[in-house]
Amino acid sequence: MSDAAAIPADAHGHGHHHPDLQHHFDTLDQQHEAATLGMWLFLVTEVLFFGGLFMAYLIYRVWYHDAWVAGSRELSIALGGFNTVVLIGSSLTMAMAVRSAQTGYRRATVGWLIGTMVLGLTFLVVKVFEYKDKFDHHHVPGFDFQVDQAHAGIAGPMQIFFSLYFTMTGLHALHMIIGFGLMSVITWMAYKGRFSPQWSTPVEMSGLYWHFVDIVWIFLFPLLYLVDRTGG
Amino acid sequence: MSHISPKSTYYTIFGMLMVLTGLTVFAAFHHLGVFNFPVAIGIAITKATLVILFFMHAKYSSRLTKLFVGMSFFFLLILFTLTLTDYLSRGLKTYPGGAAGAGYGVRQAAPAHGAAAGAEHKEGAAEAGH
Repeated sequence: MSDAAAIPADAHGHGHHHPDLQHHFDTLDQQHEAATLGMWLFLVTEVLFFGGLFMAYLIYRVWYHDAWVAGSRELSIALGGFNTVVLIGSSLTMAMAVRSAQTGYRRATVGWLIGTMVLGLTFLVVKVFEYKDKFDHHHVPGFDFQVDQAHAGIAGPMQIFFSLYFTMTGLHALHMIIGFGLMSVITWMAYKGRFSPQWSTPVEMSGLYWHFVDIVWIFLFPLLYLVDRTGG
Repeated sequence: MSHISPKSTYYTIFGMLMVLTGLTVFAAFHHLGVFNFPVAIGIAITKATLVILFFMHAKYSSRLTKLFVGMSFFFLLILFTLTLTDYLSRGLKTYPGGAAGAGYGVRQAAPAHGAAAGAEHKEGAAEAGH
């Protein structure tokens, strides 16, 4: 009996603390801080993962600038620009979803999350049409790659441009598909009323991830579609 | 608990991001010479900073979290700087004409096309000096 009395009341305390506070944390604030830091550490590795691809982009752009000019002119600014607006819009709806969860509005949280998923899906559908256009014009490296007569001399370097285009936008799209999966779970949890002003960490962490994916596109759009358009 | 921004902050940031997107598309249709690239990158960095500070709440995070945010870009800068120091300086000494040939030093056999005339010229000059 005396042993039980020696254990602090909050150390074992199911029922004495918030149900989402795990036992190895003292407070919800501490738990939240640890989750945020861990998520950012993961995003650091993601920054460097995409950083390697941007590095490859930069080197080949220096070497084969002519191919970069010709390649970027094959991409549609209208579709790329539309997708940029859609994705930044989805970042806004995600930020609003996080805010709704933090302030305890269950219906608003679900609504904003569904809005974010719809915008994410719109982005991916537009991307499918862009990819299809590249297949139609034989601009997919390795699959009967062809360029028009004027660029016959730089067909090789243009394959490098389109390889990087497909790798970078493809990995970005993969991140969006993963984000879509995350959000489906989060939306279901929100619908079930799992979040409260005291605890909405999963919504916030998904938000950080989604905004990161948005940032990658913020760099991909000008670098692939815009920057070399007037060059050459 | 975590910081809660007013709705107006999010709408304002979204508006600024839209304006900057328009600006970068606008700039892409104007020939700015060597400045096209820095302008586009500058706008992209500004947009990313807005997203990180306000959408991702980095502005209201703890100092340790801010350190982690900064760390990612510090390492990214190391990656870019050290790699480009190598690639951009290749050929700096070996090509006649010096810095004009820098960065192209390891380019493989130039294709027989007008677009690569510069590289052919440099190779020709190298032959002459042989």
